[in-house]
Amino acid sequence: MESRARPNRLGVLGWVGGGRWGFERYLYTLHRLTGLGLVAYFVMHIFVTSARALGPESWEQAMDVVSGPLFAVGEYLVFAAFAFHAVNGIRLALIELGFAVGRPIEPVYPYATSVGRQRRLARAALMVAAVIALWGGLDFFVLA
Amino acid sequence: MAGTGPRRVTFRLRRFEPGTDREPRWEEHRVEVSPGMTVLDGLWKVKELHAPSLAWRSSCRMGICGSCGMLINGRPRLACNTQVAELGGDVVTVAALPNFGTVKDLVPDLGSMFETHRDLMPYLLRDDPAEQDDPTREYRQTPGELERYLQFSYCIKCGCCMAACPTVATDPHYAGPMPLGQAQRYNSDSRDGGFRRRRETLSGGGGPWRCHFAGECSQVCPKGVDPAKAIQLMKRDLVVDLLRLRRRRPPAPVADEPHGTPREGIAAPPPRTATAEG
Repeated sequence: MESRARPNRLGVLGWVGGGRWGFERYLYTLHRLTGLGLVAYFVMHIFVTSARALGPESWEQAMDVVSGPLFAVGEYLVFAAFAFHAVNGIRLALIELGFAVGRPIEPVYPYATSVGRQRRLARAALMVAAVIALWGGLDFFVLA
Repeated sequence: MAGTGPRRVTFRLRRFEPGTDREPRWEEHRVEVSPGMTVLDGLWKVKELHAPSLAWRSSCRMGICGSCGMLINGRPRLACNTQVAELGGDVVTVAALPNFGTVKDLVPDLGSMFETHRDLMPYLLRDDPAEQDDPTREYRQTPGELERYLQFSYCIKCGCCMAACPTVATDPHYAGPMPLGQAQRYNSDSRDGGFRRRRETLSGGGGPWRCHFAGECSQVCPKGVDPAKAIQLMKRDLVVDLLRLRRRRPPAPVADEPHGTPREGIAAPPPRTATAEG
């Protein structure tokens, strides 16, 4: 839908300017950043694996480049981003289907909001994502 | 008594006059504040003593009209509903609501929000065109049906939710929490039959799916309307409708004509408001 321009728009600063408010805004921002990170990884992944089409030598060279410790940390960050993005995405899908936000209520001060009502779900999602990320860390750096 | 007497606070104000100023500028004025004093009272004091040309919008002074939405210490609030004491500190920073244009100083241009609001038909839509144009009587509604939208009907259109929303901050095409919340208010009304017409209006990409539940709109709403909840319930209704599981119901019927004791005091219906068609 078209609307008139809003020249005083906060822009990307509006994503991070949430220091006084609920932590759902940080989840919102982190969800966007991890999504962009995963897209960047997929592009890089296709670029690296496409070296196979150029022959075995190109493939070996590409593997040499990405087998260093820096790339191992990078891969782990991708995994952690995936863990957060996937679990938080499930939380958002549940909320978008009307779960955990409650029914309309009579607004009586101090107001109870859907944000507070779903807070336990948000905390649970963060904990699950943290467990998956920790498990991935063990697999990447200890058990590997 | 210590701590309850007058104290001096600095009002840091964002001044901007489009057409004259190239950039917004910040002004600081120290005024004496007393317990119970609101930010709006402080602005009046600044205008009276230091900055007579300072402009803002306000009317009721009691959190009802929704005129005095401002960015106060980094958070969208009603100036009349915010006491200086509750902010803490000795500096009160006031700017026009962001994510809107600025008319002058602390006056946001809410026109874009109201245009979107109007596009989403914030009124009862009836299936019967004759009834739409010339309503017969009241429509029947149970208390339970009223509760499905009552919370959303408390919106005062102050624009605080739009200023707090991080999606509105970056996406000029997103309808925003206020218009979407009000669309859901009417979609949820048993007297309304406009769900599909509003859905078509929202199909251009600026609809509820742009919301990713940052929840700021509900956090800052001064009336407890909870636009984030309204938007999620709208998404649920759209999914249910897409799956063809939405129960199709006609709008609530016209209530029976009262009989028995005749109504007193209403000799005749008020004259119709003139329309564009005459």
